[in-house]
Amino acid sequence: MAHLEIRSLHKQFGSFTALDHIELSVERGEFLVLLGPSGCGKTTLLRTIAGLERQDRGQILHAGRDISRLSPAARDYGIVFQSYALFPNLNVGQNVAYGLNQRRAGREAFQQRVDEMLRLVGLPGSENKYPAQLSGGQQQRIALARALATQPDLLLLDEPLSALDAIERVRLRSEIRQLQQNLGVTTLMVTHDQEEALAMADRIVVMKSGRIQQVGDPHDIYRFPRNDFVADFIGRSNLIEAEAIDPQHVSQGPLRLRSAAALSPGRAYRFNVRPEDIRLLDTLDQAENSFFATVDKCEFLGAFSLVTLTPVGQGSRPLLAQFSSNYLAGRPIHAGSTVRVGIPAEHLFPMPESA
Amino acid sequence: MNAWSSLSSRWRLPAAERAPAGGVLLGLAALALCVFLLLPMGALFSHSLLDEQGQTSLARFREFAAMPGMATALWNTFWVALVVTLITVPLAFLYAYAIQRSCLPFKGLWRLIGLSPLLGPSLVGAISFIQWFGTQGLLKSWLGETSVYGPVGIVMATVFSSFPHALMILVVALASSDGRLYEAADALSATRWRKFLTVTLPAAKYGLISAAMVVFSYSVSEFGIPKVIGGNFKVLAVEIYVQVVGLQNFGRGAVVALVLLLPVLFAFVVDRQVQRRQQASLTARAVPYRPRPDWRRDGPLLLFTLLLAGAMLAVLGMAAYTSVITFWPYNLELTLGHYRYGLVEAGVLGAYLNSLQIALLTALLGTPFIFVTAYLLEKTGARQSALHALVQGMASLPMGVPGLVLGIGYILFFNHPDNPLNGLYQTFAILVIVNVVHYYSSCHLTALTALKSLDREFEAVSASLKVSQFVTFWRVTLPVCLPAVLEIFRYLFINAMTTVSALVFLYSPDTLPASVAILNLDEAGELGPAAAMASLIIVTTAAFSLLYSALTHLLLQRHQAWRSAKH
Repeated sequence: MAHLEIRSLHKQFGSFTALDHIELSVERGEFLVLLGPSGCGKTTLLRTIAGLERQDRGQILHAGRDISRLSPAARDYGIVFQSYALFPNLNVGQNVAYGLNQRRAGREAFQQRVDEMLRLVGLPGSENKYPAQLSGGQQQRIALARALATQPDLLLLDEPLSALDAIERVRLRSEIRQLQQNLGVTTLMVTHDQEEALAMADRIVVMKSGRIQQVGDPHDIYRFPRNDFVADFIGRSNLIEAEAIDPQHVSQGPLRLRSAAALSPGRAYRFNVRPEDIRLLDTLDQAENSFFATVDKCEFLGAFSLVTLTPVGQGSRPLLAQFSSNYLAGRPIHAGSTVRVGIPAEHLFPMPESA
Repeated sequence: MNAWSSLSSRWRLPAAERAPAGGVLLGLAALALCVFLLLPMGALFSHSLLDEQGQTSLARFREFAAMPGMATALWNTFWVALVVTLITVPLAFLYAYAIQRSCLPFKGLWRLIGLSPLLGPSLVGAISFIQWFGTQGLLKSWLGETSVYGPVGIVMATVFSSFPHALMILVVALASSDGRLYEAADALSATRWRKFLTVTLPAAKYGLISAAMVVFSYSVSEFGIPKVIGGNFKVLAVEIYVQVVGLQNFGRGAVVALVLLLPVLFAFVVDRQVQRRQQASLTARAVPYRPRPDWRRDGPLLLFTLLLAGAMLAVLGMAAYTSVITFWPYNLELTLGHYRYGLVEAGVLGAYLNSLQIALLTALLGTPFIFVTAYLLEKTGARQSALHALVQGMASLPMGVPGLVLGIGYILFFNHPDNPLNGLYQTFAILVIVNVVHYYSSCHLTALTALKSLDREFEAVSASLKVSQFVTFWRVTLPVCLPAVLEIFRYLFINAMTTVSALVFLYSPDTLPASVAILNLDEAGELGPAAAMASLIIVTTAAFSLLYSALTHLLLQRHQAWRSAKH
């Protein structure tokens, strides 16, 4: 059995369904990220696991124990919030030690534990400072130290990086990930930032309107989204709706493209093509799945350029392509010009769900 | 896997014992508020709807309407309150504007002077205006043929004593402003006047409405002032006193109280609606406005502030002066005779000690009750439960109930022979309780504001660390909210020391409070001793305030180093 099992969890706020029969299992030591837009139920799911919200129906099992009806204090987890929630009147040492039992551990071991935790989060010797004297990133490290000090079996992170500035966010996210891997503590994190999710997670759970849309490792979620929502929410994507004309080919407007997947002729398919999968070809290139397209717009973004293209021909839809600056090597792309592009067959994979 | 999760819970505290269910405690608080607020108000309603035979009827209201002079009293009360509001609110607005939005020197001093009328009983202003403008007054000629005894005196004295209440609200309303709006207006080259009309005024609109409501209800329910300076000018508040204390006609008193309650309750409901709409007018990204020196604005404001502060000092000063001279204006020899007479011969010493006792008990018992109730309301249980709504409603209701009305409700309810709590009547306990209830709302608001500024997740964090909610209350919530707690204590003490309105119906010879004793002195024509005893109260509350400031300063410095800790 999985370390954390969520069975048919349902939660209703008035007429709003926050959690719609959620099924999920988390393995021991795993870093699982709950990802979705605001209002998708990811935070409610985390708070329900923490016992801060009570589900209407369903079960939560943690290490084989049914914790569905237990008070937060009777469960075994540490939690970190977006707002840090550090006690402003206690210094860093007192904050970290807040959940520690001095009587049981003994004074010396107690102090050692605080030192150890501060070293762990890279802020040794800061125990006499007050939270207000620390930067946001430092405060969040202290909050992490406080949550981990009692050796919880489960670490819950509620948008821990959202209040930080961009540079600090990137730095802390790799620190948290490394810390988690070193300690092997099972971790659930909520975020709305897809890049964060891709960078940190062992597995990502994409949610929308209280339902799980897809669960998978970052690579699968990105390469093989199950539906439009996932494709669109994670990275940029082109949605191509096309009808199979034989087991290998589909047509859409003027395009006739080969897909690497086995198709049933006559059926309509939805393909998700990432902008970086569209190749810029030589004008005379006659490669498979290549075609001429008119450049509608070109946005230069430093490392790459985002180009809106419309395939030449009747009934075609615009496509978004991404060409790396490295590849373009200084050759400019102008709006109004015509280019030859191609979509490799292995990147034309149909999405299993239609909606 | 590794030592992390297998290593036993050596570090962990034992699972927190379930904190005594917050719901139960909140239920007890609700019960207390029911008994000491809702039921007395209910008694007021039922008494006014029952006739002499105990039948339900509107007989008392018909009787009220037919009573000679009642219509006049009603009309007088209204127009005086209206005039007082129209004078006080603009004055207080300008004064608050000078404090918050200009570069005047000594802002702390101006603020202190502006709030000084709070220190004494309301009749201090009345006594002082008699001395300035009365038959023997220095400035009698300013009023021409008009006598100060009557509406003129009532308006002047009420403006004086309601001014700090409006000032407190407007200072807060003008404190929170978004500097970016002013910069945007500057960038669009808006004129000074246009900026005032389009940025300042709209932002302070709700504060202005609140202040107007507070001043209006203050004036409607003020009782000491018309009694001292009103002459033959009839107002409702005094009518109630006459009906209940003079004629022992509780039923009729109840009707008048109800008539008094309606406009105030109306003001209260309007105020609540307005406040509800005010939320989120200031976002977290707002940049505080910092005034830059500008003599075209600061010059006139300084003049205005000097004039008004001077006038207020003149009022307070005259009361103090009256207390130490032999007989105005014939014998200006300095004497402590009035103090001796008041304290010893008129027996106010006992009343003064009573007041000290009442004020201390009100502050000592009221502060924890109010703060803990606000805490339970904010931090426990389902926030949307019916119990929470009930307590929240009851906590804000006293703001809409004049002290007089509350006092009559208490008589009707607790003086009833069948009431098991009948024993409370005429004890110190009931005086303390009625004070706590009377001043509940603003204390509750202070506590709630402080509690809301705490991170919402403190309780969740401590639960995850298996620390009981009680420990977190003691180690974190209370220390962080300490300034608010101390502020509630001070507010309760000062108000309990100076109030007359509810106590006047509830005291016994043994529990006579000083403020009422002073009113009685004045009624007996002893203006000098009355001024002396009022000055004594002012000195007490002022000394208390000083002590309070020194103590809080010390306390915050010693135990709250984190507040001043910066990078």
